[in-house]
Amino acid sequence: MSTLTDPPQEQFRLSMLVNDTRYRSLTFQAIAALVLALAIWYLGNNLIQNLRAAGLNISYNFLGDRSGYDIAQRLIDYDSQSSHARAAVVGILNTLLVAFLACITATIFGVVAGVLRLSNNWLVSKLMAVYVEIFRNIPVLIWIIIIFTIMTAVMPGPREFRGDDPSASMLFDLFAFTNRGVYTPMPVFTSGLFASTALNWLLVLAVLVGSFFVMRQVNANATRKQEETGIRPNTLLISLAVWIVPVVALMLIMGLTWEVPELKGFNFKGGIKIGGPLIALWFALSIYTGAFIAENVRAGIQAISKGQTEAAAALGLRPGRIMNLVVLPQALRVIIPPLISNFLNITKNSSLAIAVGYADITATLGGVTLNQTGRAIECVLLMMLFYLTASLLISMVMNVYNASVKLKER
Amino acid sequence: MKNTVILGALTIAGLSAGAAAAGTLDDVKARGKLNCGVTTGLVGFAAPNASGEWEGFDVAVCRAVAAAVLGDSNAVEFVPTTGKTRFTALASGEIDMLARNTTWTFSRDVDLKFEFTGVNYYDGQGFMVPKELGVSSAKELDGATVCIQTGTTTELNLADFFRSNNISYEPVPIETNAEAQQQYLAGACDVYTTDASGLAATRATFESPDAHTLLPEIISKEPLGPLVRHGDHAWGDVVRWTLNALISAEELGVTSANIGEMAAGTTNPEINRLLGSEGTLGEMLGLSADWGKNAIAAGGNYGEVFADNIGEATPIGLARGLNAQWTKGGLLYSPPFR
Repeated sequence: MSTLTDPPQEQFRLSMLVNDTRYRSLTFQAIAALVLALAIWYLGNNLIQNLRAAGLNISYNFLGDRSGYDIAQRLIDYDSQSSHARAAVVGILNTLLVAFLACITATIFGVVAGVLRLSNNWLVSKLMAVYVEIFRNIPVLIWIIIIFTIMTAVMPGPREFRGDDPSASMLFDLFAFTNRGVYTPMPVFTSGLFASTALNWLLVLAVLVGSFFVMRQVNANATRKQEETGIRPNTLLISLAVWIVPVVALMLIMGLTWEVPELKGFNFKGGIKIGGPLIALWFALSIYTGAFIAENVRAGIQAISKGQTEAAAALGLRPGRIMNLVVLPQALRVIIPPLISNFLNITKNSSLAIAVGYADITATLGGVTLNQTGRAIECVLLMMLFYLTASLLISMVMNVYNASVKLKER
Repeated sequence: MKNTVILGALTIAGLSAGAAAAGTLDDVKARGKLNCGVTTGLVGFAAPNASGEWEGFDVAVCRAVAAAVLGDSNAVEFVPTTGKTRFTALASGEIDMLARNTTWTFSRDVDLKFEFTGVNYYDGQGFMVPKELGVSSAKELDGATVCIQTGTTTELNLADFFRSNNISYEPVPIETNAEAQQQYLAGACDVYTTDASGLAATRATFESPDAHTLLPEIISKEPLGPLVRHGDHAWGDVVRWTLNALISAEELGVTSANIGEMAAGTTNPEINRLLGSEGTLGEMLGLSADWGKNAIAAGGNYGEVFADNIGEATPIGLARGLNAQWTKGGLLYSPPFR
């Protein structure tokens, strides 16, 4: 064995940056980074110079000023004396509200339509195919406007409920469907444990969460007993009691009554008003995105090999249980990733609220505030920041869920 | 300029506010066409007629400016803008001037960096309700649902009015007048509020205008006028003095009927200066000597424009009121042409 000698120590020469493959890629990356940095600097500098030339400066002081406009749909207290920042928060909450509602209903529509599209019943499967093709091939903005226009044109106005022989009447004397929105009874606590309504509802929520954990314990006990003895005890009565008794008791203690909407003056007063714009936007986003989700669900189910279904059938499972216990759990790992995209689309498409006057962030911060203050750049930057944050958060939550349902390889 | 083009392409609209600095007059002359921002359609003020040509009270201002600058009242590209898009359109240079019943306010003039070149209509915000509601005063509107064009001063006036009278309302924000009309007629809102002139114009297009009434309250001052970008004073002067020419023409008795005769020269030196047969006013503006004549010939003097588009003989039927000449008890008062 000859002794190993060190490779000759090569002197580093400048030309090696281009000619030597060890360094060449680094060189080019450095150049690319430099060009990119220059481009960004150039654009940024250009922006600042032009703004200065136009006598504009970027400032967020306007957020603290009095907004001066009113918003009909709001989840927190707000009036024209509030600040622009609060108007923006009202808008953010409205965006989140419609996105949340639409994500839930779109998922329901999508799963139902996707499963039914694979039905053996010719009529059902073709109906679902028609639903999917019609709704996903017409822009969502058009659906929003169609639904809103139909609502305002077809539903009766509040004044048609008036008089001795009104042309419209309330459903069961509890619900009023008008062209301004739907009015439903609102539960009210007459002797709440807290002064604030929100705290009372939080208490109810806390009791429900408590019931949930008790139920988990009950189910775990049942499962243990089943494993020990082979017979699962009947927990139906216990679970009904755990869910219902504490909540009903609490509500009785707090004196639950229902505030029924009533026609007073120009409008219905009392109860919960679900505004026409919210309904139009919510429904349009749901059916539109539901059509996409239906296709995802169909793809997910078809990705499960037919052998699984056949094996489950051979074990004697009924078709419903095959779907719930065998196919869907495996299909989820195919369905979830594109579902994340659909949820993000709903959130971003909710900015089309502007078409029907729903006060989302684009309508408050990006609409009236921008227009009244003239702070276009600041408002648009804030909106971008909001949508980016919201989308990333939704992505994160859904990815965590995806990690929990994906195929666990051991 | 090139820098701003790149910037505008790469960044959001509105960033290029500094794009159109000076030289709008030269740009318009070179282009051979005036880009004029108008409403998306408000009969009497700016709306396309049956043959697709824009006409109306605001349109007449655009045509007069085009006639003054280019000698052709048809050399106008009308750009429909909504209450929300109008300022971005003007600031970005998409339009050369905005004649879209826009209220002259401090913050628009100073903070938004625009220049109002005068007032072509003195207006105020009013309310329209269906007669069957039996409302006779805006103070009886407690709890009403109000249709309101978003991004306008009326939105702020409305909030202030209801607040100061300690009554509540529910706003229905809408984008365009057409949308408002649809919502109002469908009964989705009880009240429609905007400038009283706009209400009259909208009501005139209803199937049964008599079933709707304008409430007596006028809750704000709304001086409406054409505006241009701040900083381009030469262009601002052209628009300002074109409007003044129309107003002076009415005061001096120059009409579209007698303008040919008067342009040949009269015994009144002010008319001669206005119509270009004497003095160098046109040259001072950077325009031809007959700019004033062209502007007035385009659609007549202020009084004629008013009568043809929104006056009492039209379906809109607005009285001159505040918009009469100062000699007749109104507010129209053009500085002298000297």
